[in-house]
Amino acid sequence: MGLEDRGVDGVVTSQLGTALNWARKYSLFQYPFVTACCGMEYMSALGNRYDISRFGAEIPRFSPRQADLMWVVGTINHKLAPYLARIYDQISDPKWVISFGVCASTGGFYDNYATVQGIDKIVPVDVYIPGCPPRPEQVMDALILLQEKIAREDGDPTRGNPAMVGGTSA
Amino acid sequence: MSKKVLQALQKKFKAHILDSHDRLGDETVIITAEGLRPICEFLKSDDKMAFDFLRDLTAVDYLQRKPRFEVVYQLYSMSLKHRVRLRVVVEEGNETVPSVCDLWRAANWAEREVWDMYGIRFEGHPDLRRILMYEEFEGHPLRKDYPIQLSQPRMDLRRKERDSVEEYRHFHLRQDDDAPAE
Repeated sequence: MGLEDRGVDGVVTSQLGTALNWARKYSLFQYPFVTACCGMEYMSALGNRYDISRFGAEIPRFSPRQADLMWVVGTINHKLAPYLARIYDQISDPKWVISFGVCASTGGFYDNYATVQGIDKIVPVDVYIPGCPPRPEQVMDALILLQEKIAREDGDPTRGNPAMVGGTSA
Repeated sequence: MSKKVLQALQKKFKAHILDSHDRLGDETVIITAEGLRPICEFLKSDDKMAFDFLRDLTAVDYLQRKPRFEVVYQLYSMSLKHRVRLRVVVEEGNETVPSVCDLWRAANWAEREVWDMYGIRFEGHPDLRRILMYEEFEGHPLRKDYPIQLSQPRMDLRRKERDSVEEYRHFHLRQDDDAPAE
């Protein structure tokens, strides 16, 4: 609109989508779906030494209806799969998923009858974190990657390509 | 340490005992399924045996061997501090063993696990359902002839599960493509 050019003070013009994305990426409410030892590293990232709340992902909510970011932390087996899908469905849009650790991302070394070979067989994933378990720095990196991804979103239903910590650009 | 347990069993249940040994202090008796109940009742109730603790109950699949399965009972006496291992042979085609739930309540879930993983039925078990796998699961995954990667998803998957053998081939084919032409 060019309001700045007309000398109006105290006004910044932007696209509504960009402003929304900015708000969303700094107010992520997390739902930790923790099933295995990776949970320890998640707690470490949450705790005061690494303190993930510095990046706006402040409080874990233990109801999917109060959350918009699901962390899938640990091994998911076929017995559990329908419940993971159901919890994902209960999160209201917009929602994002981070796959935490190699078990959630690919099944890890549990290449057997019981384990789902990556949660992307069940729910769409936005960021993958490799590692067994990942270090908290990688967790921070994943959150930043997700924030960058949210900032790029423009209501595209396909949600763009997933990103991977330590991978080439998303 | 508990040679007297072996001796007592051999004296009393000769007909049911196929073999026994005490190598390295591992007192072991290999018995028939018919002998399991009388032997367990004796081991639990006799004052000189007093096996009040079933430490573990599991099974082994010796695929090529006949009889194919063994159910293994690890018994311990808290009061007399001695132990014994019972190995019950189980034929393929008639995978049935009497339950010992009424003697040791610890056997309840352990027998359910053996049923779930190996498909060995326990006659007289109060509630023989799967304990680890889901009810829709077909087969018994710890049997050696169950394909290790054969999963049985409970829901429609968004895409095919990976097959590590296929992936390995794919990876090597791609490596060959990248190699400079001779």
